[in-house]
Amino acid sequence: MLKQCEGSHAVAEAVALCRPEVICAYPISPQTHIVEGLGEMVKSGELKNCEFINVESEFAAMSVAIGSSATGARTYTATASQGLLFMAEAVYNASGLGLPIVMTVANRAIGAPINIWNDHTDALSQRDSGWLQLFAETNQEALDLHIQAFRLAEELSLPVMVCMDGFILTHAYERVDVPTQEQVDAYLPPYEPRQVLDPKEPVSIGAMVGPEAFMEVRYLAHAKQMQALERIPAYAAEFKAVFGRDSGGLCHTYHADDADTIIVAMGSVLGTIKDVVDEMRAAGHKVGVLGITLFRPFPIHDVREALHRAKRVVVLEKSLAVGLGGIVATNVRMALSALPIDVYTVVAGLGGRPITMRSLHALFRKAEKDDLDPVTFLDLNRAVVDKQLAREKATRRSGPIAENLLRDVGVVAAKIA
Amino acid sequence: MSFQPVKFYQTGTFTVGNRLLAPEERSVQSSPRRFNSLNSGHRACQGCGEALGARYAIDAAMEAAHGQLIAANATGCLEVFSTPYPETSWQIPWVHSLFGNAAAVATGVAAALKVKGRKEVRVVAQGGDGGTTDIGFGCLSGMFERNDDVLYICYDNGGYMNTGVQRSSATPPAARTATTMAVGDEPGNPFGQGKFVPAIAMAHDIPYVATATVADLRDLEAKVGRAMEIHGARYIHILVPCPLGWGTASNETIKMARLAKETGIFPVFAAENGVVTEVLKIRHRLPVEEYLKPQKRYAHLFGKQPRVDVIARLQALADRNIKKYGLLDGGAN
Amino acid sequence: MDKPFAITLDPGSSLANHTGSWRTVKPVYVDRLPPCNATCPAGENIQGWLFHAESGDYEKAWRVLTENNPLPAIMGRVCYHPCEGACNRQHVDAAVGINSVERFLGDEAIKRGWKFEKPAAKSGKRVLVVGAGPSGLSAAYHLARLGHAVEIHEAGPFAGGMMRFGIPKYRLPREVLEAEVARILELGVVLKLDAKVADIRATMTAGGFDAAFLAVGAHIGKRAYIPAGDATKIVDAVSVLRSMEGEDKPLLGRRVVIYGGGNTAIDVARTAKRLGAEESIIVYRRTREKMPAHDFEVEEALQEGVMVKWLSTIKQAGEGEITIEKMALDEKGFPQPTGEFETLAADSVVLALGQDVDLSLLDGVPGLEIKDGVVQVAPNMMTGHAGIFAGGDMVPSERTVTVAVGHGKKAARHIDGWLRGEAYAPAPKHELAGIEKLNPWYYSEAPHTVRPTLDIIRRQSTFDEVQGGLDESNAQFEARRCLSCGNCFECDNCYGVCPDNAVIKLGPGKRFAFNYDYCKGCGVCVAECPCGAIKMVPEEI
Repeated sequence: MLKQCEGSHAVAEAVALCRPEVICAYPISPQTHIVEGLGEMVKSGELKNCEFINVESEFAAMSVAIGSSATGARTYTATASQGLLFMAEAVYNASGLGLPIVMTVANRAIGAPINIWNDHTDALSQRDSGWLQLFAETNQEALDLHIQAFRLAEELSLPVMVCMDGFILTHAYERVDVPTQEQVDAYLPPYEPRQVLDPKEPVSIGAMVGPEAFMEVRYLAHAKQMQALERIPAYAAEFKAVFGRDSGGLCHTYHADDADTIIVAMGSVLGTIKDVVDEMRAAGHKVGVLGITLFRPFPIHDVREALHRAKRVVVLEKSLAVGLGGIVATNVRMALSALPIDVYTVVAGLGGRPITMRSLHALFRKAEKDDLDPVTFLDLNRAVVDKQLAREKATRRSGPIAENLLRDVGVVAAKIA
Repeated sequence: MSFQPVKFYQTGTFTVGNRLLAPEERSVQSSPRRFNSLNSGHRACQGCGEALGARYAIDAAMEAAHGQLIAANATGCLEVFSTPYPETSWQIPWVHSLFGNAAAVATGVAAALKVKGRKEVRVVAQGGDGGTTDIGFGCLSGMFERNDDVLYICYDNGGYMNTGVQRSSATPPAARTATTMAVGDEPGNPFGQGKFVPAIAMAHDIPYVATATVADLRDLEAKVGRAMEIHGARYIHILVPCPLGWGTASNETIKMARLAKETGIFPVFAAENGVVTEVLKIRHRLPVEEYLKPQKRYAHLFGKQPRVDVIARLQALADRNIKKYGLLDGGAN
Repeated sequence: MDKPFAITLDPGSSLANHTGSWRTVKPVYVDRLPPCNATCPAGENIQGWLFHAESGDYEKAWRVLTENNPLPAIMGRVCYHPCEGACNRQHVDAAVGINSVERFLGDEAIKRGWKFEKPAAKSGKRVLVVGAGPSGLSAAYHLARLGHAVEIHEAGPFAGGMMRFGIPKYRLPREVLEAEVARILELGVVLKLDAKVADIRATMTAGGFDAAFLAVGAHIGKRAYIPAGDATKIVDAVSVLRSMEGEDKPLLGRRVVIYGGGNTAIDVARTAKRLGAEESIIVYRRTREKMPAHDFEVEEALQEGVMVKWLSTIKQAGEGEITIEKMALDEKGFPQPTGEFETLAADSVVLALGQDVDLSLLDGVPGLEIKDGVVQVAPNMMTGHAGIFAGGDMVPSERTVTVAVGHGKKAARHIDGWLRGEAYAPAPKHELAGIEKLNPWYYSEAPHTVRPTLDIIRRQSTFDEVQGGLDESNAQFEARRCLSCGNCFECDNCYGVCPDNAVIKLGPGKRFAFNYDYCKGCGVCVAECPCGAIKMVPEEI
């Protein structure tokens, strides 16, 4: 059914259609509307056979999810940024124990300094935790990916993170097609756990494993995750059959077949990029796009397949590997190893900095001319940065960086003497 | 049902069993058909109080729940010695997640059981004092305030024993630990610190809070039994001596728990909805020295220059407990 | 269930880890010797019969008791219960009233007519027992049960020895004595009364006896030289008490002086009171603390109005009065004359100065050693003459009924061995269960039950039994005060306190076993066993 609604609301409806049994969450911007929506549905009775628990922290949220999932209940939670880090120990624990929890991460920057706006640093900080990671480009895709995520998680017995850009997707009103309960039931069977806590068949879950077996356990975690590379395309195909649209998959190309320059990105920024590419194609530039949907496991084969004919690749990412450069770019380089293709890292949109079509036009043209540094910070205010660096060189007690920058940038509070 | 001790019959109800008592009047532990929820082959130290306390408590819970029980365990001695791959000593469904989240995991288990309509299956969360009073405190308080249907059992040996005897907020004053060494002007754990979680649990107004020791088996079992009659958040805090951490001989475990209770150092009581409802009276009161002397972690208080002042302060704490909870016959005054 | 590798484990998998390999010491179940058993002169398995009394199996208790001692109803009245003096319970609150329970069981047996089991087979041997006192009766009982044909020759008109002719009725009612004697005779023991043995070897030959046990007792009252007139009535205590069994009671007069400080002196003094004496005065040369008589008997006597002249000796006896000299204890505790005299009115003087044995039946028997008026015997109770054994007051011993009973049992066993041509070797004794081996914490608070006592007026005027017995609930209560020292009473403590679940419960009556596959040797079981029935021994590699 077509609806004009907030992205969060669409996700809430999708999750509700998946017949979750336990929902637990701690509020954090910008995920709040998702869980509020689900909470209301449970409390009103609209969403039946579901326990909604208001937990005291994100660490508790993931822990409750672990307990619930281990007892065989379909479990869901959502978080972002600081909350994701606060539950980090439990995030690793959930994947280590092999529990099919589905979690929405409403991507948001990580402090300090505190910042509630969108970038991908939070989800990517957990990229090696053993969770599968999916990045939605649109609200529709966000909705659809949640349904696929439950299927995927329960089949592999691994937890899945569905990432959607905070505010940009979560708080945007768009038209979405909300499936029917019958459609979802046809696609997503009831949860059959591979291991479960049950007095009928007692087991001890969470043993201590020493050097003699730990390598094997970790290899299995890796091997299991790799199975997703085959399942996801199959599930996406099945999804199309039931719901009638393309959604999910490993990665998608746009005008990439004959492109000399391909831009690789994840999430909502792909929309902006595609608009720019449309305009540039119209002006005769041979540019294309690769959108990565599945970030973990990283679809090395498909990425290589999509990019190997290009002359150059620009990885535009809303994330930063401090001290190195790009996170996504590093993963992409791995896919292109031994190929003579330049990969340019462009760090953009950190902390919600808008990525404009104008900036992208300029950026892509520079790329075409190979006039880019290996690592570029898009739209960086060089003057402010240089001023701070000079300040620190001159004075030992140079003061808090954030406050200095805000004053230099000229935000309102700085005008007070 | 509240425990009615049987008077006399040779040993009355002081011993685990008693051939002169009808079988139903004996303890759960006396039965040849007890569950042995924590079975042989675990790697606990010789004379481990926690291994004993865990079997006591979980067997009693299993009995009350007719074998329908799931346990969530925090990281710590109990978890490490009971489940080293490839061996587990647990006979019941059991899960270990992290150090600080046993209470939250249990909340999740309880929620899942509720949603699936498995009313007969009960949930226990358990951990040591470290995992309960310190790192697990947030999750514990959350479980309490939501009144989740979980019985949380804390095995208190007064320190992080599994990692080498470090101080926790349950470590008693003056006790030597690896992070509160017996050196300097104020040797051992400082006075004026620490928290008594049973009192904090009572402040949450949860339906049932109790303390117990491994030296009073019948009382412990009765408390677990009573707790299992109730649905909602419940907390039982069991004193379990640790021969390694306390520096006592491996055969003195139960004796030390007995002394802790008989000196007033550890008050044994139960409370419902924030109000104390029963107290296990001291049978033959002893001065705190009797409790302190056998423990190497208090050795620095004795010797050539005994710290009489410190012992006096510890005695004052015991006196305060006796007064506060009415541990001597004649009631509280 | 498809369990993830290594992270999820099956229950029971820890049983593969045999933690028993950690041990350097291991626990073993032991039976230790309870101090009551160790101290009982008759060698009763007191803890063993109390065990059955605790659960109300009184007949079983009586049978365990009479394995060693056939006279419990008598014991429960006259034994001085050294068992209670040794009882570990005294370190908790007060000793167990073993004597009271023994009396209850003895009385119960008489009430219900329980009989001894007859022996399975006859040995074909004949044994003569001389004297139907406690020692002779005990020997006869054990010998009969071992299958021998026993014949008792008793010099007096009734059986019982000192129990009949020494201990007054108010301590031991005659019906009780007769019932317990009769029960022994029902085993087929032949009793010949008024049959004093003059020549032991002749009697043995005439009767075709293969061995003999002599238990004639010490029935001759010692006399001291006291200057006295012809009219003065001086008699010995033994004769006085013996004559109480006859038709004519002794005439002692209104003021009776008893010379001596032993139990016999007390018995005579209290008897005199009951016979109507206005004054019954004991004259004793030392102090109350030094008096050989048991203090509770002194106490009862004093309650009944018997008076005592301490630190006094009789200088001379005149008609109707005696002169006594005051004594003082020197630094070594011996009484020395002070030269101060006093006169006491006295109608009769009864000498209770000890007893001698009539050894005339042993005249001419070679190989015997007689010293200090008693026959010396080897540890197997045999005299210097092969085949002639002796016990009781006629051999060196502490002269009590219980010791005599013990001699009878010991001699019977050795006689049995001797008759079969093999030496009887008693089983080696277990280690003593001293109080330091117990954990008294586990025993409930339970005060000692006091037996009812007859009121003073009745005590002074009748020969009714002074001390009553316990009723069933009290007797059972008292039995249950027993700590079961050194002997497992299946309290389940070891089974419950093992942190490693390494104790196997074998079932009611079958006790426990250690599962050494898992026992880490921590020793908590030993520390928490209430009765000290477990000990740690070094592990052998």
